[in-house]
Amino acid sequence: MLLEAKNITFSYTKKKTILDNVSLGIEKGERVALVGPSGCGKSTLSQILAGYMKPDKGEVYFDGKLLPEKGYCPVQLIYQHPEKAINPRWKLGRTLTEAWEPDQELLDDMGIEKEWLTRYPIELSGGEMQRFCIARAMGPDTKFVIADEMTTMLDVITQAQIWELLLHIVDKRNLGMLVVTHNPLLAERICTRVIEFDKM
Amino acid sequence: MEQKKNILSVKNLSVSFKMYDKGLEQKDLKVISNLNISVQEGEILAIAGSSGSGKSLLASAILGILPNNASVDGIMTYCGMELTEELQKKLRGKEIALVPQSVAYLDPLMHVGSQVVGVRGTLEKMRTAFKRYELSKEVETMYPFQLSGGMARRILLSTAVIGDARLIVADEPTPGLSKEMAKDAMGHLRTLADEGRGIILITHDIDLAFEYADRVAVFYAGTTVETAPVEDFRNGPESLRHPYSKALWEALPQNGFKPIPGTQPYAGSLPEGCLFWPRCPVRTEACMKGEIPSRSLRGGEVCCIHAT
Repeated sequence: MLLEAKNITFSYTKKKTILDNVSLGIEKGERVALVGPSGCGKSTLSQILAGYMKPDKGEVYFDGKLLPEKGYCPVQLIYQHPEKAINPRWKLGRTLTEAWEPDQELLDDMGIEKEWLTRYPIELSGGEMQRFCIARAMGPDTKFVIADEMTTMLDVITQAQIWELLLHIVDKRNLGMLVVTHNPLLAERICTRVIEFDKM
Repeated sequence: MEQKKNILSVKNLSVSFKMYDKGLEQKDLKVISNLNISVQEGEILAIAGSSGSGKSLLASAILGILPNNASVDGIMTYCGMELTEELQKKLRGKEIALVPQSVAYLDPLMHVGSQVVGVRGTLEKMRTAFKRYELSKEVETMYPFQLSGGMARRILLSTAVIGDARLIVADEPTPGLSKEMAKDAMGHLRTLADEGRGIILITHDIDLAFEYADRVAVFYAGTTVETAPVEDFRNGPESLRHPYSKALWEALPQNGFKPIPGTQPYAGSLPEGCLFWPRCPVRTEACMKGEIPSRSLRGGEVCCIHAT
């Protein structure tokens, strides 16, 4: 099992438990879509799987070991709103090299133009910013990508562009992938398996 | 058949922003130009197009809530009256309602329930709307930061549908909603339209729009490139007129998922001639100069000299 969540329980407030004893396993070479009604905890689970938050109970294992608490996390999360995941006061070149130094090949693969590196986030469109978020998360130690509604706010052409780029890299480096989406047609198109949140 | 009344028509709209260039020099950045749309009674007009093509700005222009450094040119008429600043002020929130695009439009320090009630709603109406969108009673006393993306979306929808607006401008009402809920929300908008309202539906979920809208306007780089009856979009690229509309159709996951390369030009560095030519598969010399006027073609409107 590449990524495995065991009996995860999590709540933001005492009143309501948002994740109650949730378990999930993703094998190597799988691309899994996670679907479910809004507000059911998909994003919360994504953040736990990527190590942003600690569950109240339960563990996340990556490649048989507990998710590391320090250092580079092999599981990287890409958010729905790139503009909220980027420091608005930094030029994008600095954002891009926050975690590692991407090589030219990756920048070409992602379709990132040189002149964008000296711009501020407000000077780029959502689709262009999302490319930076993906490139930033593609460090050599990244083994698994979680895309949480990654393209929901983008127009369909940009969506198709972004997915083409990401799938190209995922294939090339044989990464695992979890896709949170509301679009069943998208899930069908790019994933090998669909998990319904309620049935977990 | 009785002629349906136009609720809103927008002719040759342009919007520009005054911006600081270098030092104290100011420049005008034109973000919308030559934009034409109209909505009739009982009609849903869907607006599709690339991110940053001016869809949300159009919504702000209709409601008259653009920032102070924006200037608007062109003619907007609402039910036969010119939609002036005073009229916008009078109508917005009553006859013209907006479903905003983001949670940022909510007051972060106020319970969402009382925000939905607002100035003119009632507790009862709010509860009916909440029930309709499956929002539980606890949600009433939550703050915006406690909501998930989809819950926020349903709150924003509730704010617009509790009144008796004749024109509803819904700016991206469906992202973050599950398919069933999105369909339900669209169905509700359809019912509101069938009761005689006009609805402008700005959306990226174009496959959903194809199911519920009557006509579709396609935006690119701040202008309308095509307006077509929704059947043409259901039929596919052969029925569509503009190459960009065809590209949109072909980029859908169910229709090949094939993106065309390139990005939309930035306002301020627009190409001469047709705005789409740098990415267009059928461009010729003639596309690269002069203004491309909008013309009627097979029951729709298109801005392309090669369209047939």
